[in-house]
Amino acid sequence: MIGYILLLLIVLAAFSYFFGRKRAVRAVEGREYLLHSRPNYHGAFVAAWVGIPSVLLVLVWILFQGTVIDNLLLASLPPGTMDGMSTGQASLLLSEIKSVAAGNMFSEPSLVVQEAAARYQHWQTIARWSMFVVALSLALLGLAVSSRRISADFRARHGAERILSGLMIACSLIAILTTLGIVLSLLIEALRFFDRVNPFEFFFGLNWEPQIPIREGQVTAGGAFGAIPVFAGTLLIALIAMAVATPIGLYSAIYLTEYAHPKVRAVIKPILELLAGIPTVVYGFFAVLTVAPAMREFGEMIGVPIAPNSALAAGAVMGIMIIPFISSLSDDAIAAVPRAMRDGSYAMGATKGETITKVLLPAALPGIMGGVLLAVSRAIGETMIVVMAAGIIANLTMNPLEPVTTVTVQIVTLLIGDSEFDNPKTLAAFALGLVLFLATLALNIIALRIVRKYREQYE
Amino acid sequence: MSSSEALRPVGTADWASDQAQRRVRRRYAADRRLQAYGIIAIALAVGMLGVLLASLVSTGLPAFLQTKVELPIYVDPSQVDAEDPSSGKYRVLVREALNKAIPGIPEDEERSVGKILTSDAAYILRDYVVSHPDSIGKTITLPIAVSDPFDQLHKGVIPKEMNALTWSQVSYFERLQNRGVVVEDSGRTSLKLDVYVNPAEIEAGPPPSGDFAALARNSLQAYLPDVFDSALFGLLADDAPEAIAQRVAADPGIIGKTVPVLFPVSPPVAELAKGKTPKVLNSRFTPEQIKVFDAMEDKGLLRTPFNWELFFNADSRFPERAGLAGAISGSFYALMVCFLLSFPIGIAAAVYLEEFAPKNRFTDLIEVNINNLAAVPSVVFGLLGLAVFLGYFGLPRSAPLVGGMVLSLMTLPTIIIATRAALKAVPPSIREAALGVGASKHQVMMHHVLPLALPGILTGTIIGMAQALGETAPLLLIGMNAFIPSVENMGLLEPATSLPTQIFSWADSPERGFVSRTSAAILVLLGFLVIMNLIAITLRQMFQRKW
Repeated sequence: MIGYILLLLIVLAAFSYFFGRKRAVRAVEGREYLLHSRPNYHGAFVAAWVGIPSVLLVLVWILFQGTVIDNLLLASLPPGTMDGMSTGQASLLLSEIKSVAAGNMFSEPSLVVQEAAARYQHWQTIARWSMFVVALSLALLGLAVSSRRISADFRARHGAERILSGLMIACSLIAILTTLGIVLSLLIEALRFFDRVNPFEFFFGLNWEPQIPIREGQVTAGGAFGAIPVFAGTLLIALIAMAVATPIGLYSAIYLTEYAHPKVRAVIKPILELLAGIPTVVYGFFAVLTVAPAMREFGEMIGVPIAPNSALAAGAVMGIMIIPFISSLSDDAIAAVPRAMRDGSYAMGATKGETITKVLLPAALPGIMGGVLLAVSRAIGETMIVVMAAGIIANLTMNPLEPVTTVTVQIVTLLIGDSEFDNPKTLAAFALGLVLFLATLALNIIALRIVRKYREQYE
Repeated sequence: MSSSEALRPVGTADWASDQAQRRVRRRYAADRRLQAYGIIAIALAVGMLGVLLASLVSTGLPAFLQTKVELPIYVDPSQVDAEDPSSGKYRVLVREALNKAIPGIPEDEERSVGKILTSDAAYILRDYVVSHPDSIGKTITLPIAVSDPFDQLHKGVIPKEMNALTWSQVSYFERLQNRGVVVEDSGRTSLKLDVYVNPAEIEAGPPPSGDFAALARNSLQAYLPDVFDSALFGLLADDAPEAIAQRVAADPGIIGKTVPVLFPVSPPVAELAKGKTPKVLNSRFTPEQIKVFDAMEDKGLLRTPFNWELFFNADSRFPERAGLAGAISGSFYALMVCFLLSFPIGIAAAVYLEEFAPKNRFTDLIEVNINNLAAVPSVVFGLLGLAVFLGYFGLPRSAPLVGGMVLSLMTLPTIIIATRAALKAVPPSIREAALGVGASKHQVMMHHVLPLALPGILTGTIIGMAQALGETAPLLLIGMNAFIPSVENMGLLEPATSLPTQIFSWADSPERGFVSRTSAAILVLLGFLVIMNLIAITLRQMFQRKW
């Protein structure tokens, strides 16, 4: 239905384009040179007036129709039905009403539910038709208003360009809206979490056992939300990843910028970049399929027990994924060192290796550091590898051979499956998400600042 | 450094001295070392990529073939009603066909032998008969997939027989052989071990009682004190403790003494002693199943055609029937939404920021925002989608529409950044010429700059789409990992899955056959990514202009 309405509006807008064009031509009786703007601008002006407000209306309508009808529906239930109901039970009742309305009945629903379902269907039909009527009349109103203004002197081009500019500004605002949406949604849900769980416990507690309260009134029974083991696990895995990626990335960048023949470089560099293009779910499966069993077998051979979901396996595979970040950012940093410094070093009789270690690397260090920080933020936020290859149970240890869990693993495991926003278990995911967002944001800002400052130094 | 050395004139330095030569050699060695580290690092990185691809290809390629049985099936009119073919007794038909093809299956084995075929066999037959009603009363030959263990057996992925002994057990036996305790006794291989018959544990009887098994184990352990592995005791036959019991029964006087006892070894070890490699049947098969399966192979009923079902079937609980159609169409819908949203919005935002926006704090804020969004972890976008799109706007869970919206928020920064780079690459002379002949700023943009920048924009967009195709975590959070057993009800608002989340679900499945399917799904995903990137590269090369 909604699809058809949108399609109809688009067709209408296309039709009004030609209508506006024709009307402009007719206004000057075919002598187009008398028009201030070319006929297509008149057409575009009319089409924008027809299409934009009505389509926006439909979108806003869709976004709010569900919530409005739900609230009306709950309000229309006989008094007393809702007494003592939690939001979770209310939404359960709503979904029961909706499934009855859709004709899926598993057991004989109660009379109240049947009546409500009938009402729901009725309101849905009303809502759909009223949306259709309102949107169509808005479009026709737009057509009437805008096509009235068409005349030889009408500055249609200016009007159309102003509308276009407005659209472009709206589009660039989406970036801000997204950030705002992220911050607000994380903040609101996290605050709701901290309503139920003491922030002090969350940030400094040593015990992480987020279980769902099994029955009502069992406030966080058995659930402990001390996130220190989760943070420690995240850091451990990120550390292992960096320990793998930094030397490999840095040394390959040194080789590629300073030693490699341009032809070799042209082949190797894209191959390294390939590592960054592989989806992370593939790395996760690689860790489970190949790396973890290989490590386990190796451990058995030397008599060290290595857990199948050890931090080492997840971290090492994450390190492989991060290699290209470090290598390409170090590559840029080394290449950005001014030629004069290099030449000066050679002129003093330094070997290539001495020039690299004593001149280029110290000069490029801020850039490399920035790259490493960006890579750390990547490692902290990386999800699929750890979800598949790391542990779920929080384990406060720094032993890389044991399983640990991470912030992202907890977010995914807490939210996978059904999610109602009214228990601390799901809300905890948002609190963790907030911490993750702020941590990566801080790392990125610091890294970008270091890189920029360093670039200014040499420009 | 002493002061006299420091004051020595430079000109007198002896560059030819051994010391100086050694120093130079050392410096160049350090240089070469650095170079070697670089080569090692690159070899490691490229090697990892190679291992990754090789392990995926080697596990995934077999899944592109599927073993099938071409079973002649008589569609018995007494079992299938021509009026209502969808409710026939197809399970019976399949069993009868199996019995006819391989005569002599014992009745009590019919169930286990039936498991050679996929559990969906009856439904495959039903679907065929429903779509070909004229086949009722005739004998049709239908290729039916075999169940996963037999599929893997036929492709040689898993062996029919396994080594009965682990390599550590073999090494224990070899050590015992070197100690000279392995003897042949009246045709039976035995271990001649000294046993201390502990009076605290053994009662003389008669009959003698006590834990003879522990006695046997302890005496074997005494020969290999460094081994802490219960597999060691697998060397002894089940009746080995009997050997001590008999000795005690024959002579109760040995209690409290240490006597040599001949312990028979277990049958596989006896074979090992004869120089053979002992084998047992893979525990996933029964002997009867193997007999029937071998008979099928002998009769030429088995085929391994290309596994089109991998692309055209939806998901299934049985690996041999599971396909990617649901995942591919789900990904397609989500990407379509993502493209329709992020392409126009991204271009509009980029054009505004690059060409029209005044330089002020507000536009600076937007730019900082876009750069930061590009670095936000993907799982956070999933949280946003969950809280805003599902929570506040009440859009349905698992829907490709929501998935596409979340993905479009993630690809927007990529597209905006690529578009701005493409716009910057259009030389100012084009703009100035257009402005010079009286075009408005918008006309310059729409008629000249944007068309010239379009190849670059498209390249960036395709790369962004490729990234979105591989994105998993945000889709998991909004539930786009539904189990989709049929592709009939696909739509923007229906529950769906996507390629990466399908890979995640299959990787989590306990069935062994899904390992191969997962790798195959990954190969399909990588194939799509390669195609998209190739299109991007060709676009760039075809339309790239040097100004």
